[in-house]
Parts: sequence; structure tokens; C-alpha cells
Amino acid sequence: MSKTCEISVTVNGTAHRATVEPRLLLSDFLRHTLGLTGTHVGCEHGVCGACTVLIDGDSGRACLMFAVQADGRSIETVESLGRIGQMNALQESFHEHHALQCGFCTPGMLMTATDLLRKYPLATDDDIRKGLSGNLCRCTGYEHIVKAIRAVVGKGHP
Amino acid sequence: MKPPAFDYIAADSIAMAAAALAHAGDDAKIIAGGQSLVPMLNFRLLRPSILVDINRIAGLDIVEETNGAIRVGALTRHYQLETSPLIAKHLPVLSCAMTHVAHLAIRNRGTIGGSLAHADPAAELPMMALLLDAELRVASGCGERTVAARDFFLGALTVDLASGEIITGIVLPKLPPRTGWGFEEVARRHGDFALAAAAATLTVSGGTIDQARIALTGVGPTALRATAAEGLLIGHALEPGLTNRAIEAVRATIKPETDLHASSDYRRHLAGVLTGRALAAAWRRANESAA
Repeated sequence: MSKTCEISVTVNGTAHRATVEPRLLLSDFLRHTLGLTGTHVGCEHGVCGACTVLIDGDSGRACLMFAVQADGRSIETVESLGRIGQMNALQESFHEHHALQCGFCTPGMLMTATDLLRKYPLATDDDIRKGLSGNLCRCTGYEHIVKAIRAVVGKGHP
Repeated sequence: MKPPAFDYIAADSIAMAAAALAHAGDDAKIIAGGQSLVPMLNFRLLRPSILVDINRIAGLDIVEETNGAIRVGALTRHYQLETSPLIAKHLPVLSCAMTHVAHLAIRNRGTIGGSLAHADPAAELPMMALLLDAELRVASGCGERTVAARDFFLGALTVDLASGEIITGIVLPKLPPRTGWGFEEVARRHGDFALAAAAATLTVSGGTIDQARIALTGVGPTALRATAAEGLLIGHALEPGLTNRAIEAVRATIKPETDLHASSDYRRHLAGVLTGRALAAAWRRANESAA
């Protein structure tokens, strides 16, 4: 076993301190150490996008970063977006447009869409599809996900 | 799908990173964005004894204007380059190319230095470094050196970088006046590695081409410059016959691999089509800027 490291990381506004092995993936830290199982783990090599979170406000793959690298940083997961019975506008739109079936890809879709909506005008559906190209959904065919995001473009930052 | 155990050090200076690398020998790996390295660790294709994290080194993520060139620090993220006003103004072909690099979540994390050091045969940045006659700055415990992009890429995932060396930045000469550009890529899905991509710059004076640069990626072990095709263009106006001769020269130069995604013949065909489109766009933009 390698030497462990002390980290301080803010997750969804709450400060945490932990002792971690350097090889602990951020995705496993969130799920196993903190119990935040909203972040899903699909491929564990950066292809499926299910584990996408915000790192200091920018979307990133939690499976392509080590928890030790999050020391001093702020992480936001899907749990930060809304509360049960009080979803945010993007979540509401996913609900309204039937943008999920099994729901496995949804946390990654929501976190990716959150960053896309902040950074790009998303003027066309093609722009939305290009923006989602790093997130796999095996149920919906993406059609309803694109519609859900389209409906909140220009309605203020989620 | 979990990486093997390793030790970890977060360097806060180039000197500290270089010392850690020198101490660990061939067994160490630098981690910057980690967008290529971490998948290889998760697959256990690599088993470094120590990761030297350079993300906390200050001043390595700067995009700045120097004498006739733009200097880009090694820790600059792809998204930063994609949206940099300086790059948009002086190297618009690079702004365009960056939109094709992977997906936003990858572009937010992945770094310029990391992409150049990794040298994937189908990546955009090595191709752009070649197209733009860039120079790389490399540091180690023994000092600094400069290496031209054309001498840097040695083979698939193989570059002129010794185990104790760190890329600190890249210097990209600005496009000359009256220069147009084109960038064309085909991938199965937006953001995937290119099946083939072509980029061109044409500098036009008095209605003919003064300087021509054509670079390709995805069609060999490294990105490459199509120098034979470039030579055909000098002193002429671009017209369909000349474009076709340049396309044929490109197709004669390259030896693409067949893989799961595309056959060698398809890639060769595609490289020609994309070169033609990139040249047409470059010619149009050069004439617009000369008018």
C-alpha cells in the first residue's frame, strides 16, 4: 500500500476532511467515502460520462481524477441540483420531457448540461447534441434529452 | 478498472517536479489533466511507482502574446485555448481545431502539454503544432531546451522527451498577413478521435500562393506535414486542377492504418477530400483578407 494523504475538499457546500490512498478515484471517494451515490460509475475510463461532476464549477469526469487531486477544491454532484420535491429547472425539464428511462446516465447528463448551458449559447439542437456527445444513454435515443435541454436554454443559468 | 497503488506528490514548482522525477527515475509519471493517463492507469496498462502532479504549479496556464508569437503554458486547458481571444485573433485555425477535441468535460481538464506529450496518432494538437511550426519548451533538472514540433513527434505515443523532462509550454508564431486557413475533420461522433483530419494555411500575394502549409492527423503513427503537396501550390492560384494534384500528393504521402473504425483505403480517400475542403476554405479566407 502506498502512503496515504490528508485532503480537505468541499462537496456540495460541505467541507470534508479525509485520509485517502492516492489511487482512490474521485468517483469512488464520492460514492464510498461520502455515500453520495448520485454520481454513477459506468465505464471508469472516461467514455460514458455517467460520473460527470463539477470541479470548481467546470464539468469533469470523476473517474479520471483522484480524490487527492481534489484537495482544496470544490466539487458539485447531482445531489447539489435540487431537493426531493423541489427539483431545479433543468431537472423539472427532464421530468416534463421524459428525458430518462432507466436513469443511469441522468446524473452525468444533468451535470454536463449544467456546464453546457453556462458556457455555450446552444443555438441549435445540433449544438446540444455535440455538447452531449461525451455522455452515453442507451435508453432514450437522446431525443427527449435534447428537448429537455432546449426548453431551458436562455432561461437563466441552472 | 481501479488503478494499481502508487505514491503521489503535488509539485508546486518546475524545480520540485523535476527533482521528484529525477529521484524516481523511469518509474515516475507526470499527471496534468490526466484525461489520457488515468484511463491507462485504470486499465493497468501503466504501473508507475509515483505520480508527480503538476496541476498546482503557478503560471503554467498562461496564454500570452510575445514577439510575433503566442506562448501557451503547458497547463492551459483545451477549453481555455478554445475560448482564448488572443488565439481567436491571431490563430483562428487553432480555435476551430480545439472545438473538435473530445467533449467539454475532457476539454475542461485536459492540458496542452499533456496532449503534446501523449501524442495520440489521431489527436488535433500535435497536428496543429506541426501546421503552425510551433516550438516546444522543455525543462528538466539540467535546465531548459527548445525543440521544434517537426522534430518532436517520433512515433505513435512516442516523443522526444526524456524521463526527467517536462513540457513547460509551446510557442506558436502568429499567422502572417493575407493568410487564410481551413480545418476539416471527420469522426464517427463529435469529439471522438478523428478518422482523419486536415488543416491548411495559405498566404496569398498578388493572386498567387506565397506560402502553403498542410497538416494531417489520424492517417499514420504521428500527425504529419504534407510537404510535397505544399510545394505544388507555391506560385499558383488555387483552381480545381491544382487542388486535385495536391490531393493526389497527399494520398501518395500517407499510409493510414486499418482498424475497427475505418479501413486504410477509406482513411486515404477521406484525407484527400478533407485536404481539398481545407485548401478551398483557406484560399477563400486568404482572398477575403487580401481584398
